[in-house]
Amino acid sequence: MIAELGHFALVLALVVALIQAAAPLAGGVVNPSLMRLAVPAARLQLGLLTLSFLALTYGFAVSDFTLSLVVANSHSAKPLLYKITGAWGNHEGSMLLWTLILAFFGGAVAFFGQNLPDSLRARVLGVQGLIGVAFILFLLLTSNPFLRLDPAPFDGNGLNPILQDPALAFHPPFLYGGYVGFSIAFSFAVAALLEGKVDAAWARWVRPWTLAAWCSLTLGIAMGSWWAYYELGWGGWWFWDPVENASLMPWLLGTALLHSAIVVEKRGALKRWTLLLSIFTFGLSLIGTFLVRSGVLTSVHAFAVDPERGIAILLILTFFVAGALFLYALRAPGLRVEGIFAPISRETSLIVNNLLLTAATVTVFVGTLYPLALDALNDSKISVGAPFYNLTFIPIVLPLLLLVPFGPLLGWKRADMLGASQRLFAAAVAALLAGAAFAAWRADGPWGAPFGIALGVWLLVGGFADVAYRIRLFRGASIKNALHKARFLPRSTWGMTVAHAGIGIMVIGIVGISAWRVERIEAIGPGDVLTIEDYTLTFLNVGNYTGPNFTAERGEVRVEREGREIGIMRPEKRVYKVSSMPTTEAAIYTTGLEDLYIVLGDATGSGTWTFRAYVNPFAPWIWIGSVIMVLGGAISLSDRRYRVGAPVRAKASAGATA
Amino acid sequence: MTRAIVVLLSVLALSLSMTSIARAVEPGEALTDPVLEERARGLSQGLRCLVCQNQSIDDSDAPLARDLRLLVRERIAAGDSDSDVLDFVVARYGEFVLLKPRFNARTYLLWALPALVLIAGGLIVLLNIRKAKATSVPEALTEAEKERLAEIVNDRER
Repeated sequence: MIAELGHFALVLALVVALIQAAAPLAGGVVNPSLMRLAVPAARLQLGLLTLSFLALTYGFAVSDFTLSLVVANSHSAKPLLYKITGAWGNHEGSMLLWTLILAFFGGAVAFFGQNLPDSLRARVLGVQGLIGVAFILFLLLTSNPFLRLDPAPFDGNGLNPILQDPALAFHPPFLYGGYVGFSIAFSFAVAALLEGKVDAAWARWVRPWTLAAWCSLTLGIAMGSWWAYYELGWGGWWFWDPVENASLMPWLLGTALLHSAIVVEKRGALKRWTLLLSIFTFGLSLIGTFLVRSGVLTSVHAFAVDPERGIAILLILTFFVAGALFLYALRAPGLRVEGIFAPISRETSLIVNNLLLTAATVTVFVGTLYPLALDALNDSKISVGAPFYNLTFIPIVLPLLLLVPFGPLLGWKRADMLGASQRLFAAAVAALLAGAAFAAWRADGPWGAPFGIALGVWLLVGGFADVAYRIRLFRGASIKNALHKARFLPRSTWGMTVAHAGIGIMVIGIVGISAWRVERIEAIGPGDVLTIEDYTLTFLNVGNYTGPNFTAERGEVRVEREGREIGIMRPEKRVYKVSSMPTTEAAIYTTGLEDLYIVLGDATGSGTWTFRAYVNPFAPWIWIGSVIMVLGGAISLSDRRYRVGAPVRAKASAGATA
Repeated sequence: MTRAIVVLLSVLALSLSMTSIARAVEPGEALTDPVLEERARGLSQGLRCLVCQNQSIDDSDAPLARDLRLLVRERIAAGDSDSDVLDFVVARYGEFVLLKPRFNARTYLLWALPALVLIAGGLIVLLNIRKAKATSVPEALTEAEKERLAEIVNDRER
C-alpha cells in the first residue's frame, strides 16, 4: 500500500514537473501570468518526490519483500542503518534520490529565491522542471523502483557488502548533492540565455547555489576516497578509476565555474565563458551519471548492466547539453562585453585559473573516455592509469597550485605584480624553510618530495597573505587592532582563505603518503613481532566472530611506540553471508601526523598470517584538507551579501546605495 | 626563467610518481637483489591487475596479480631489461595490461590533447586580452537602461 503511494506520488510528480516546465517556458510566451505557476509547482514537486522517496525507504526499512528492488538489494539480517541506506545503494533507488535532490534544489529556489526577478525565477524553475520530467520519465520507464513481485520470496539477496560501510553509505547523497546541485547553475544559465541578460546580479544569484553544490561534491569525493583508503586494504586513496574520474570532472570544472562567476559578479567580464562553464559542468555531471549508471565501465560502482538505461541517459544528456548550446549560439552574441582589464590583473589570474582547470578537466575526460572510444571503434583495449595522469594531469595542476596565492593579492582591472610578490615574501620563506627542513630530515624519499612540501606550505601560508595585508598585520597596526579588523573582513574573504589553505594541507598529505610511505609485509604467527618505523607490533592471535550478516576473522595486534603501549589494533577480514564476498577492514591508528595502517592477510597454512603494515606520513591531511576546503566554502556561503540577498529589488530599497 | 620552472615542475611530477623502496608485496615474492627488486616494483606499478578496477598489480591482492608479479620477477631474474619484460607481458596479455598506454598511432590524440588544449586555450586567452585592450571604450547604455537611470535619478532628487 505504502509502495503504491510512493509510486503514485512519483507519477504525480511527473505531471507536476510537466506543469513546472511548460508553464514558465511555453506558457510565459502565451500569457505571462502562467509563469507564476512555477513556484507552487516546484514546491509541490519537492513534496511529492519526498513522499515517494520516503515510501521506498520505508519499504527497505521494513524489508518489504514484495518489492522486487528490495528483494534484489536487501536482506532481513542487515542492520537497520544499512537497510535504510540500501534504499539508494542500487540503480533505481539512487536515481530516485537523484531526482529528489533535483527537486530539492528546485524547491530551495522556490522557497529562498524571493529576491530573484519573477521571470528569471520562473524560468530557472522551468528548466529545472524540464530536467525533472526527463529523469522521472527515465525512472518510470526504465528503472521503476516500485515494481512488485508475486509471489514474494522469504528473504532478499542482500546489499553489496562494500556498501555496508558508513562512509560509502552516505557517499552517494553528498555526491549527488554536487552533481545535481550543478543543475541549478545550468538552469540559471539557460534562463539567462532565454532572458538575454547576464549581469552582476545574475552572477550573485548563481554563486551560492554553485558553491553549495561544490561543497557537497567535495565532501562526497572525500568520503569516497577515504573509504577507498581504509577499505580497499592497500592504503591507496585515489586510483584514477573511471568512476572516481566521473566525479572529479564536474568538480574541476565546477571549481572553474565558482571562480569565473566571481569575475561576472565583480566586473561583468567573462559572461559567455561562465555560461558555457555552467552548461558543461552540469553536462559532465550527466556524463558522470551515465558512466556510473549505464554499466559501460565494469567497475565497483557500476551495478546495473543494462544498455537501455545507458542510451536513455545519453539521450537526456544530448538533449540538455545540445539544447543549451544551441540557445547559447543564438543568444550569446547579443550579450554585451564589459569589464576591460589589463594583462596583469585579478581578472587575468582567474582566467589562468580557469584555463588550467579546464585543461585538467579535459585531461581527465580524455583519459577516462579514450579507452571506451577505442574499444567502441573495435580497435583495441588499452588502459589509462596513474602513470598517464602523473605525466599529464600533475604538470597542469602544479602551476595552478603555485599561482593560487597570487590571485587574491592582485587587484581588479590593473594589478601590481611586484607588490603582490612582496606580500608573498613571508610565504615564500616559510615554504623554502619547510622544503629545506624536509630535505634534511627525510632524505629517504624521492628528491622532488621536499618541493611538494614546500608547495603545500606555500599554499597554506600564502593563503593568509591577503588577510594579513588587509588587516595590516605587523605593519604598524597593533595585534589587537589587527584582530579587530580581521573580525570585520567579509566572510567570503575568510572563506576563500580557509579553502585555499585547505588545498595546501591536502597537498602536504598527498606528498607525504606518496613519497614517504613505509611498508612491511611479513608472514608472522602469534607471539611474533613486526617492527615498522618507531612502532613495534606484537601479533597476539586471530579469532573468529560473527556479525549481524557476516563472519569475520579478526587479528589482535598490540602496538607499542618507543616502548610505550598504544593499544590493541584489530584488522579484520569479513565474509558476507549472502554474497560470500570477502572484504578487508584495515585497522588504522592515527596520530594526526601519520597513520599506522595494518591489514590482515591470508593464513599461510603453517600457523602464520600475512600481515601488511604501513606508516603513511601526513595521510590524514588529505581528508582534513578536503574538509577544511568544504568549511571554507561554507564560510563563504554565509557571507552577508548572499544572506541579505542584495541586490534587493528596486521597490524594496529605492534609495539604497550598492 | 619560465623554461626552468617548467622543467622543474615536470621533474617534480615525475619524481613524485615514484615511490620509495620497499619490500615485496607478499612475503617470499621478493627478489634477493634489492636493485632488481626495485625494478620489479617499478614495473609492477605500471601493470594493470586484469581482474580489478584501475589498480596496478602492485596494489592488488588478487591471485592473478600475484601471478603477474611473479612473472615479472622471473623475467627480471632471467636477465630481461625493463622493456623486454613489458614486451613479454604485452605479448601475452595485450596492451590492456599497461596502465601507461604506449605512445603510438592509436594513442597520439590521447597523449597530445591535454597539451593541445592548454596551448589553444592559452592562445585564445592571449588574443582576447589583446583585443580587450584595443577596444577599451565602455559601451553606451541601452534605451531601457537610460530610462531606468533617469528614473533612479528622479527618485533621488525628490
